Amino acid sequence: MTSLILRTMVRLLLPLLLMFSVFLLLRGHNEPGGGFVGGLMAATGFALFSIAFGSETARRILRIDPLALIGVGLSLALLTGLITLGLNQPFLTGIWFKFPLGSFGKLELGTPLLFDLGVYLTVWGVTLTIVFALEEVK
Amino acid sequence: MLIVAVISGFGLAFLAPTICRFAKQKSGWWLAILPVFLTLYFLTLLPGLASGQIPALSYEWSKELGLTFAFRADGLSLAFALLVSGIGALVAIYASGYFGNKAPIGRFYLWLFFFMASMLGVVFSDNLILLFVFWELTSLSSFMLIGFEQEREEARAAAIQALLVTGSGGLVMLAGFVLLGQIGGTLELSALLLKGESVSTHPLYLAVLILILIGAFTKSAQVPFHFWLPNAMQAPTPVSTYLHAATMVKAGVYLLARLSLVLGGSSFWFWAVGGIGALTMILGGYLAFSQTDLKRYLAYSTISALGSLVMAIGIGSETALKAMVLFLLAHGLYKGTLFLVTGAIDHECKTRDVRELGGLWRSMPYNAAGSTLAALSMAGVPLFFGFVAKEYLYEAAYKVGAFWISLAIIGALLNVFIAFRVGIEPFWLPSQIEVKPSKHVHEAPWSMRIGPLILGGLSLLLGLFPQILGRSIVSSALTAALGRPVEVKLAAWHGVNDIFLLSLLTLGLGVGLFAVRQDLQRIAEKVSLRWGLDGLYKRSLDFLFTLAGFQTRTLQHGYLRYYLITIIVAVVAITAGGLWRWGGGTLPYLSWDIYFYELGIAVIIVLSAFMATLSRSRLGAVAALGVAGYGVASIYLLFGAPDLAMTQFLIESLTVVLFVLAFYHLPNFAQLTPKRERLRDVFIALITGGLMTIFVFVASGIQIHPTISPFFVENSLPLAHGRNIVNVILVDFRGLDTLGEITVLAIAGLGVFALLKLRLDLRTAKGKKSAEEIAKGGDQ
Repeated sequence: MTSLILRTMVRLLLPLLLMFSVFLLLRGHNEPGGGFVGGLMAATGFALFSIAFGSETARRILRIDPLALIGVGLSLALLTGLITLGLNQPFLTGIWFKFPLGSFGKLELGTPLLFDLGVYLTVWGVTLTIVFALEEVK
Repeated sequence: MLIVAVISGFGLAFLAPTICRFAKQKSGWWLAILPVFLTLYFLTLLPGLASGQIPALSYEWSKELGLTFAFRADGLSLAFALLVSGIGALVAIYASGYFGNKAPIGRFYLWLFFFMASMLGVVFSDNLILLFVFWELTSLSSFMLIGFEQEREEARAAAIQALLVTGSGGLVMLAGFVLLGQIGGTLELSALLLKGESVSTHPLYLAVLILILIGAFTKSAQVPFHFWLPNAMQAPTPVSTYLHAATMVKAGVYLLARLSLVLGGSSFWFWAVGGIGALTMILGGYLAFSQTDLKRYLAYSTISALGSLVMAIGIGSETALKAMVLFLLAHGLYKGTLFLVTGAIDHECKTRDVRELGGLWRSMPYNAAGSTLAALSMAGVPLFFGFVAKEYLYEAAYKVGAFWISLAIIGALLNVFIAFRVGIEPFWLPSQIEVKPSKHVHEAPWSMRIGPLILGGLSLLLGLFPQILGRSIVSSALTAALGRPVEVKLAAWHGVNDIFLLSLLTLGLGVGLFAVRQDLQRIAEKVSLRWGLDGLYKRSLDFLFTLAGFQTRTLQHGYLRYYLITIIVAVVAITAGGLWRWGGGTLPYLSWDIYFYELGIAVIIVLSAFMATLSRSRLGAVAALGVAGYGVASIYLLFGAPDLAMTQFLIESLTVVLFVLAFYHLPNFAQLTPKRERLRDVFIALITGGLMTIFVFVASGIQIHPTISPFFVENSLPLAHGRNIVNVILVDFRGLDTLGEITVLAIAGLGVFALLKLRLDLRTAKGKKSAEEIAKGGDQ
């Protein structure tokens, strides 16, 4: 599929979609968004890209094998749970840290964000695995 | 410290492959450091036990289910733990000589130490469920170790058999544990042991007892489950020594001894445990007669020994339990030695056939020494440790009656025969069949001498000075088993009394049997000595495979449309059945107060659904489905679920992309199904849609449990620091569900990947070749 319009658009869209996916991941705890939809968004960007430029190019700019993304994502989610076990609390208890930021209010970071990052990576990896595999069937 | 003792073994297990990569042939010596250290640590605990200090600790696991990580090290636990760690160290050293550089020893040590840690877990667990977990882990590691030489089919079959027998016994036992926990009101072993009275009078007592006995009997190879143990000799000899002689098979004995305080004392216990034990003791010795393989001899005599241990527990008197503890240790020492020696013989002479072996004392003096000491101990020659143990066993049986003492004598007699056959004959007597030695036989390396020498030496030392054990381990083990303080005085020599005369008689008859061994063997070869459920096991396994094959062929036919129909019809049937039983229910109040754009979306969804079914091209159908999906997502948006809507939009887009990618490879669209089938599909679709509509209406009018949404609304910010309730539920309140979901997702992704890539490989040049070969092979 070598449509000039698609190629030009995708080149612009991919960074935007990726940034938006991270934005969705980060805001998820308080506003609509989250790891699942973020991961889908990131995958959509690459799916579009691979339709326009072929899966080989898409794999090259992704640099990481989508299968590895799945592994990292799942392990991250699992490890988040294990951290709390180490602190003698039930599996997957959220642990929060507050950083005061002066006049900007305060920044709250917690293990659920790590967990959500795991979800993000897994969803991203699974979707891309399927998209690439389908594309590479000869 | 106790928790470290259990956990450290698992740690070492996972480090073992790396250590082996660096230490190579010396790995055994390095790896043995931990078990040696553990043995010393357990020994330091003994003085404290005498003064009533029992190390115990408990971590919470799940309070609601009564689960704890509770460990407790009383005398009974330590008696077993010392065997596990002590023999573990010697076996670890031995194995590096046994395997040399021929086998993947990293994997071997991994499972060996995994087993050691699990077994320590079994004996130290103070919680029934925790004990069960470790119990199953020992079965698992036994499976991996029996099947260590995985390229041999017999090894794999034996591994599966051991796993199925002990594993299913374990499941039955779990049911017994759960019942016992309910009767006693606690899963803590130490607390349960104080409730013997209330358990033995409970109407479910017999059920609990039988269930737990099945677990213990399968693990400890009691009749009629004994058949797996001789087959398990397919394992490398270090494994047979450690798991299938010295430790794992004694887990059942441990469990019975541990629970005798709460389950024992009834006449059913006496006859079931004592009777089965006695039967196993005699049958094990009897079945050994037709053997010629040293290892199988030892396997049957191990069955026999396990039988005597179980019989002693069944008798249950103080003397009997004393005999049990002594015999447990004595058997661990002498049987461990004999197994190790057998491995060394096999290693050097490349045969284990007792008829082909003889006069080895010249070439293998160290192993000859260890073997002789062990055999004399096994035969119960005075001044050896086995003699002390047997004296107490006789005394216990003697007190119960003539019937039991005669059983004990027959069992011991058969073991005298085996002891001479295995431990004496290959070294000190000429071989029956002259075989030309393929190479000059010489002594095994030091790593393979140290085990037999230490264990054999202990068999003599502890026989001369049994009070070393009596004061410490035996008295504290008895204190734990009987639940009251016990003072034990052991002596090597009790003077000439009835028991001693019976011992002499046993020894004499046993040696007599040994003298006529060649005639016995000729008789045994004519009448094949086989008895057990081996055949039943094989038949039921075959049946299971046939059944699995049949149902797979029937259900997994490979037609996507029939899979879909099966799933949909099943869902409809179950849902309709549920609705029918519910009796309809009331329809909720339906409001017709709708906005024009809601109506517009509804019309679009319905129209695009029709489009999808009527479309003449795939792309059209998929696009129409996408439109329907976007419509549904818009409804989510309108009714205040932006998260859901956003996800749905993305999913719909991606689905279209995936469909398009898949269609690229399909042949052109064509109508192939006849009208009749299409009508059937229409019918199924209508029924499903209609039922779902009714279901949604009815379900929205039913409220069985109070709704949990207010909880999430109230607690989302204070408890989970988030204002987006949907996401807070996903990553925090129901995080475990999400973890499960992404795991499923990952597996689905891997499945798609495997399916598609596998086809790719078949089509590449190399794949084509192998595919052709497969096809050719099929033709022949």
